[in-house]
Amino acid sequence: MDENQNNTRRKFLKAGAFAGLAIAGSVGAFEVLSQDDNKKKSDTVKLLSPDGKIVEVDSSEINPQIPEFFVSDHNVREGVPGKKFVMVIDLSRCRNAGKCKTACSKMHYLPEDRSYIKINKMQDSEKASPYWMPTPCFHCDNPPCVKVCPVGATFKLTDGVVGIDNDRCIGCRFCMVACPYSARVFNWSKDEFQLNVEEFKDIKQHAACSTHALGTVEKCDFCPSKTGHDELPDCVVACPNGVFYFGDEVEDVVSNGEETVRLSQLLKDKSGYRYLEDLGTKPRVYYLPPVDRQFPFEEVKPES
Amino acid sequence: MEVSKIESVQSDELLKDLMPKKFGIQGRLWLALLLVVIAIGAFAYYRQLRNGLIVTDMRDFTSWGIYISNFVFFVAISLVGSLVSAILKLTNADWRTPLVRISEITAVAAITFAALIIIVDMGRPERFWHLFVYGRIQSPILWDVIVISTYFVISVLLLYIPLLPDIAICRDTTPDSSKWKKRFYTVLALNWRGNKKQYDVIHKCINILAVLVIPLALGIHTVTSWLFATTYRAGWDSSNFGPYFVAGAFQAGCAGVIAVMYVLRNHYKLQKYITELHFNNMGKLLVLLSLIYLYFNINEYLVPGYKMKTVDGEHLHEMFSGRYAPLFWSVQIFGMILPIIVLLFRKGRKPVPMLIVAILVVVGAWFKRFLIVVPTQLHPFIPIEGVPESWHRYIPTWEEWAITSASLAGALLIITLFVRLFPIIPIWETKEEKMKINVIDTTKQAV
Repeated sequence: MDENQNNTRRKFLKAGAFAGLAIAGSVGAFEVLSQDDNKKKSDTVKLLSPDGKIVEVDSSEINPQIPEFFVSDHNVREGVPGKKFVMVIDLSRCRNAGKCKTACSKMHYLPEDRSYIKINKMQDSEKASPYWMPTPCFHCDNPPCVKVCPVGATFKLTDGVVGIDNDRCIGCRFCMVACPYSARVFNWSKDEFQLNVEEFKDIKQHAACSTHALGTVEKCDFCPSKTGHDELPDCVVACPNGVFYFGDEVEDVVSNGEETVRLSQLLKDKSGYRYLEDLGTKPRVYYLPPVDRQFPFEEVKPES
Repeated sequence: MEVSKIESVQSDELLKDLMPKKFGIQGRLWLALLLVVIAIGAFAYYRQLRNGLIVTDMRDFTSWGIYISNFVFFVAISLVGSLVSAILKLTNADWRTPLVRISEITAVAAITFAALIIIVDMGRPERFWHLFVYGRIQSPILWDVIVISTYFVISVLLLYIPLLPDIAICRDTTPDSSKWKKRFYTVLALNWRGNKKQYDVIHKCINILAVLVIPLALGIHTVTSWLFATTYRAGWDSSNFGPYFVAGAFQAGCAGVIAVMYVLRNHYKLQKYITELHFNNMGKLLVLLSLIYLYFNINEYLVPGYKMKTVDGEHLHEMFSGRYAPLFWSVQIFGMILPIIVLLFRKGRKPVPMLIVAILVVVGAWFKRFLIVVPTQLHPFIPIEGVPESWHRYIPTWEEWAITSASLAGALLIITLFVRLFPIIPIWETKEEKMKINVIDTTKQAV
C-alpha cells in the first residue's frame, strides 16, 4: 500500500512541477505535499520482525511516523483523571549538566541538539551572581497560548497540562508569540524532527507524543505516557542533581526521584516562586531561588 | 433643450476620454513584468509547500516575519476605500468623484491579497477550513477572519454598485461583433436600464454602504493591531495600538491612492478630470493624516522610552540606536516627517512632488510594519540562548521576498486589469456633477 502511495505521490509531484500554481488550489495536493517525501532508494534498515527474525527493509518502505499499534487509545484532549500535575525546579542545584535536555530529546524523538527544555543563563541584577534556569513549558492555569488559538489545537487538560493536537493545528504560530516564556517550538522543516528510524524497535508507547507533523507547533507535554502510569517524566529522572521535582498538587506531593516531599511545605520553606508572576498566567511550574548553591556558577556547556 | 444638447456633447467627449482602452506597448510591458514577478513568487511558494516554512528565515523566536508585516501593510492600504468613498462622501467633499473608483479598487486589491498572504504564512494551509469548523470566537484571529471577510464584501459592493451604470455604457457601446465581451458586460450590468427608479436605488445603496464601511474599516485595522496588542511582548503590549494602526493605515492608503492616481492620470491623459486641485486636496489630506500618525508615534515611542522598563528598554535601544536604528530613523524621517514638511507648502502639493512623497510614504509604511512585527520578537522575556547563531536575527530569504513581491504585484495586477476592463473614472457620476454645475450656471445666467 505504501509503495502504491509513493508511486502516486511521485507522479503527482512530477505533474505538480509543471502545474505550478494549479497545485496551490487543490486541498488534496497540500495534504500530499506536506507528507513525507520518498527516501533515497539505496538505504536499507535492519528490523526485528514480529516473529523474532531480523529482516532488511528498504527505508523508503518505512513510514517514519509512530505506527498506530504503538499508540494507545488515549484521548489527547483528556488528562490523567484525578491529578493536577505540578513541577518544582530547584535553581540552587542546577549546574547546566544538560541531562534533562538529552532525556527530553530522546523521549520525544527529537534530534540531539533540540529539546523542549531550554537552560538559560539568568542574572537578576548586575551585582547578583548568574545562575542556570531550566525552562520547560509552564503549563499555565491562565494560558495565553490557549486563549489565542483560533482552532482549539492547544487546550487545557483536566490534569493541568496544556496539550497540543497536531492534527488540528493550522500553523499560524499565534501561540508562539503569545507565550511569554518562548516555550513553544515549530516544525519548520520535514527533516528536522524526523523520527530516528534506527530506533524503530525501541520506540516507546507514548500516546501524546507529538508526531512532529510539518508546519505545526509542539512543546513540553509533561510526558503523559509516564505520568499516566505514576512514573516521573524523563527529565526529572535524568537530572543527576535532583533539580526537578514533579508531582500532584491534589496529593500535595512532589518527588525528584530521590526524595519525596510535601509540595506546600517545600514551597513555604524554600520561598518557592513562579517566573513573571505579575503577568497573571499562573504557571504550574514553581522555582526555588538559587540560594545556598550546590555548585558555583560556571560557564560550562554540557558535553554533547 | 439647451441643457440636454450640452449633455450629449459632453457625453461623447466623456466616453472618448474615459472608456477603457486597450493596452499599448507600455501597458503590455507592465503586464508582462507583473506576471513574471507573480510567476517567480508562485515558484517560491511551491518550494515552501514542498519543504515547509524552513525555506523562510523564520524560526522559533522570530516566528512571524515579512508575511505578517506585509499582511498588516495590505490591511492598512485597504482602509483608503472607506476614506475616500465614505468619509469624504459624508463630509460632502464633491471633488472626490474622480478618485472614488481608484481608491475603491485599490482597497479591494489590497484586502484580497491581505487574505491570501495570511494563508501563505500558515504552516498548514490545507487546514484553513479548520477555522470554520473548529473556530474559537475567543481568538483575535477569528475576529480578524470575520471582520476582514465582511469588509471585503462591503468593499466589493462599494466598487460594484456604483459601477453598474458604467458597465451598462460599456455594454451598449460594445459592438455586437465582439461576442464574449458583449456577454461579459451584459451579465455584469445586471439589466441596468438607467431609469430614475434604478438611480434612486443606487444612490440609496451607496449611502447605506458608505455609512456601514466606516466602522468596518476601523474594525479591520483595530482587530489586526490586537493580534499584537493581546500578547505580553515588549513593543506590542500597548493600549495605544488600535488608533496607532488606524492612523498609520489612513496615511499609507492615502499615499497609495495618490501614487495610483498620478500614474493613471499621466498614462491615460486624464489631466482634465484629475486636476491639480485634486492633488492639492489629497496633499492637504495626507499632511493631516501624517500629523495624526506622528502624534500616535510620539505616544508609542516616547512614553515607554521615558520609562525604559527592562525588556521594553532593550527593544527601544535596538530601535533608537541599535541594529534597527538606520531603518527606524529612515522610516520616521522619510515616511513621516519629510512628507509633512514638503506637503505643508503649496508647491509641494503639485503632482510630481506629490508622487515622490507618496512613494516615500508607501515604502516607509511597508518597512514601518516590518519594524512593528519583527524586532519585538527578538526580545522575549527569557533571553534567546542555546540555539543556532542564525536564530538571533531575522533576514528574510529570497523565497520570502519573492512571495511578498508577488503579492504586491498581484494587487497591482488587479488594479491594472480593472482599468483595462472598466472606466476608472465614473462616467455617470462625472456627468451628474457636470449637469449640476450647468444647471447652476444657467440659473445664474437667467437671474
